[in-house]
Amino acid sequence: MIPYVNFILTAAIALNLYIVSSSRLRSCVQAAALQGSVLAFLPILLWGTQASKLEIINLLLIGIGTLGVKALLIPFLMFRSIQEANVRREVEPFISLHLSLSAAAVLVIISFWISKVTGLPHPPSAYLVPAAFSGILIGFLIMVSRQKAITQVIGYLIFENGIFIFGQILFQKIPLAVELGVLLDLLVGILVMGIAIYHISREFDHIDVSRLDGLKG
Amino acid sequence: MQVLILISLLILGTVPLLILFFAENEKLILAVGTIGNGAACCIGLTAALGALITGETCSLKAVWSLPLGKVAIGLDPLSSFFLVCIFLVSGLSVLYGNGYFSYEIGKKKLKSPLIFSSLLTASMVGVVISRNGILFLMSWEIMSLSSFFLVTFENERREVRRAGILYLMASQAGALLLFVLFALLNRNSGSFNFNSFHISYAKMPRTADLCFLLALLGFGTKAGFWPIHIWLPEAHPAAPSPVSAVMSGVMIKMGIYGILRTLLFLGTPPLWWGGVVLGIGVVSGILGVLHALTEHDLKRLLAYHSVENIGIITIGIGLGLLGKALNNPVVTFLGYAGALLHVLNHGIFKGLLFHSAGSVIHAAGTRNMEELGGLYRFMPVTGSAFLVGSIAICGLPPFNGFISEWLLYMGGFIGSSHFFSTAGELLCLTAVPALALIGGLAVTCFVKAFGITFLGNPRVNIPVKIHESNHSMLIPMILGSFLCVLIGCWPLGILNIITPAAAVLGGGASGTASVLKTLARVPYFAALLFILILLFSLLRWKLLQNRDVRTASTWSCGYTTYHTRMQYTASSFAEPILTPFASLIHSQIRHGKKVDGYFPAEARYEKHLGDIAHQKWFLPSIRKAVGFLSQLRILQHGKVQLYLLYIGGAFVMLLIWLSIWGGH
Repeated sequence: MIPYVNFILTAAIALNLYIVSSSRLRSCVQAAALQGSVLAFLPILLWGTQASKLEIINLLLIGIGTLGVKALLIPFLMFRSIQEANVRREVEPFISLHLSLSAAAVLVIISFWISKVTGLPHPPSAYLVPAAFSGILIGFLIMVSRQKAITQVIGYLIFENGIFIFGQILFQKIPLAVELGVLLDLLVGILVMGIAIYHISREFDHIDVSRLDGLKG
Repeated sequence: MQVLILISLLILGTVPLLILFFAENEKLILAVGTIGNGAACCIGLTAALGALITGETCSLKAVWSLPLGKVAIGLDPLSSFFLVCIFLVSGLSVLYGNGYFSYEIGKKKLKSPLIFSSLLTASMVGVVISRNGILFLMSWEIMSLSSFFLVTFENERREVRRAGILYLMASQAGALLLFVLFALLNRNSGSFNFNSFHISYAKMPRTADLCFLLALLGFGTKAGFWPIHIWLPEAHPAAPSPVSAVMSGVMIKMGIYGILRTLLFLGTPPLWWGGVVLGIGVVSGILGVLHALTEHDLKRLLAYHSVENIGIITIGIGLGLLGKALNNPVVTFLGYAGALLHVLNHGIFKGLLFHSAGSVIHAAGTRNMEELGGLYRFMPVTGSAFLVGSIAICGLPPFNGFISEWLLYMGGFIGSSHFFSTAGELLCLTAVPALALIGGLAVTCFVKAFGITFLGNPRVNIPVKIHESNHSMLIPMILGSFLCVLIGCWPLGILNIITPAAAVLGGGASGTASVLKTLARVPYFAALLFILILLFSLLRWKLLQNRDVRTASTWSCGYTTYHTRMQYTASSFAEPILTPFASLIHSQIRHGKKVDGYFPAEARYEKHLGDIAHQKWFLPSIRKAVGFLSQLRILQHGKVQLYLLYIGGAFVMLLIWLSIWGGH
């Protein structure tokens, strides 16, 4: 099963890079949804062969939950807020798209380096830790460098996907409840941000986060 | 008993939910709040009194846990005693609040004061019964925050918002010190449970000293010690009157409870602790009453009297500590018993005074005494209640203030007569003249407060029709007055209740029988006094019969044309007494046009008296701190992206720190 796992992880890294370089919000959301749906197969592919019956049910539950939330529900919510806030493109990021793509590439290299340095004992796949860290770092990069609130939500999603990948290493240690709890957290977080975006765009006619400093004391 | 107290806590917790449920109907909210809180206070009062009389001690550990500790609660006579004070004063104020807030129906939303009064009472109960540091601090914070929301009830007024912010800042600064205190206690015992806290002064004097000072400052901010009392004269007038009564009557006593509880952790105190506490008491008492004299805002005046009475209570604690340090159990008992009794007494008469002041303010629409006058004729019940409260707070017999102050006087005298010429004795001796000075000034101040407000004639034409308050406001005042007389005339009964609580603090009642013998005679003296008063009024009535009686305005002094401005004003009454103390009071004089020539034209002279601690120490230092700290505003730029970077940066720093120093 490891080749499939490696494929999924490579795809996740590639999608990260795609999201960083794309300026169209719709394609960003689509890519994030694709990433979520691909990652939904990760637990069962990684651990399915060596798991007991009960654990397989757990793995399937996690997969289905991830698919439902990350591939369907969240993209749906985000498409809706894109429509409501009436934005299509991320113009004027703080760091230009080309530069952030190169920065993301550097971050991917750094994540490979981190996986070497941390030297986790026997990860099931050599790509697991780099994919996880690249998700976390690139997600953070997007959150920091973009102006539109929706892009920041996308960054948060990628960030969470990175954590999800990292969590797979520890599957045997993390109970189902925690895993599902994380999903719920994510959903609530996105919902809150969605509502915030809706209200920001209604009050200010834009969702430009960099112009929110009028509220500070 | 414990179960009953938990039931009352449960009710206090349910009332806010019910109020939220009924959010629309203001009348229903008020009824639910009054009945719920009133029932909780009645149940709690019965239970606490029962526990105090039977001397019940118990502790309870819940199976669920808090972060860093278990939910541990317990009762001992000290806790039960403070519970009695909490439930008594809160209960009276709930009833009073029912009347007070009924005037506000339709004008203001009543949801917030009712919800937060339940929370305030519940959190005070929590403070007193918790036996775990974390639970204690949580209750403490809920108490501070709920009282903050109560203070800012009339938040459409600017000065109320300012007072609220000042109060919030002061209480948070105090809480910060308490966090340090409990962290220290935890470090030395390894857990947050009260029964594991033990830092004996004999073994580790430096740590014990530090804990003592932290407790004194942290709890002292809430209690209102001079000079960290500055929030008190701002917050009490800003709050609605039933809230002021609870805050001044019991909430500031939680600071006293905290200090007493902490002292139990620290073993036998050294002499200088007693000296410091006594000194704080003397300073707070004298300066509190002096500043009360300068005030002509009725509620600010009462607020400064809280500082004064906290001073008296602190003198008692100081005497108790000195007695312990000098190994003199009689002084310890007299000090602690006097302090505790004064806690209860002050709760009763300060509640009473705030209630009657609230009625006056409601009726006349102003807090400024210079505009009041002659109110006794319009509101006789309120006026009599205020009079009873005034005499009680001055410590005159046969009211309750006399009993507690008498205990403190005796403590001071006995402490200095058994073993003369040591430092400890001299310290004990300072309590006596200080109490005498405080008492004398308090009498002056309340002659002023009562005389200017209720006697004479109205000083300005008040447009509203002055009327007596409704029954729901009058009944608590009558009950409070009754309690003042009851405790004042039956001291031994109340002392029996105090004794177990004082015994917890280390003041056994053994050997005090000869001292307390005098108190047994108090009821007879009281009866004699009442009979004399009756006889004299009978005599007066007899003498005036069949004679020509002419009624004239007060202060008209035989002039034919009388003007209300001929009366004494609050300022002119206090002026000669304040002159010798001028250096202790911050005064600001503004001269307009001076009086000039044989036929002077219009002239102008203004003198504003203020608080040295506030005007001279805190305001300048706060201004400096704000000037310095506002440079940090650069960090708060409102850019979400950079905030995220801060978080990321902090996280990376933590990782680096851990990888360099954290690895074992």
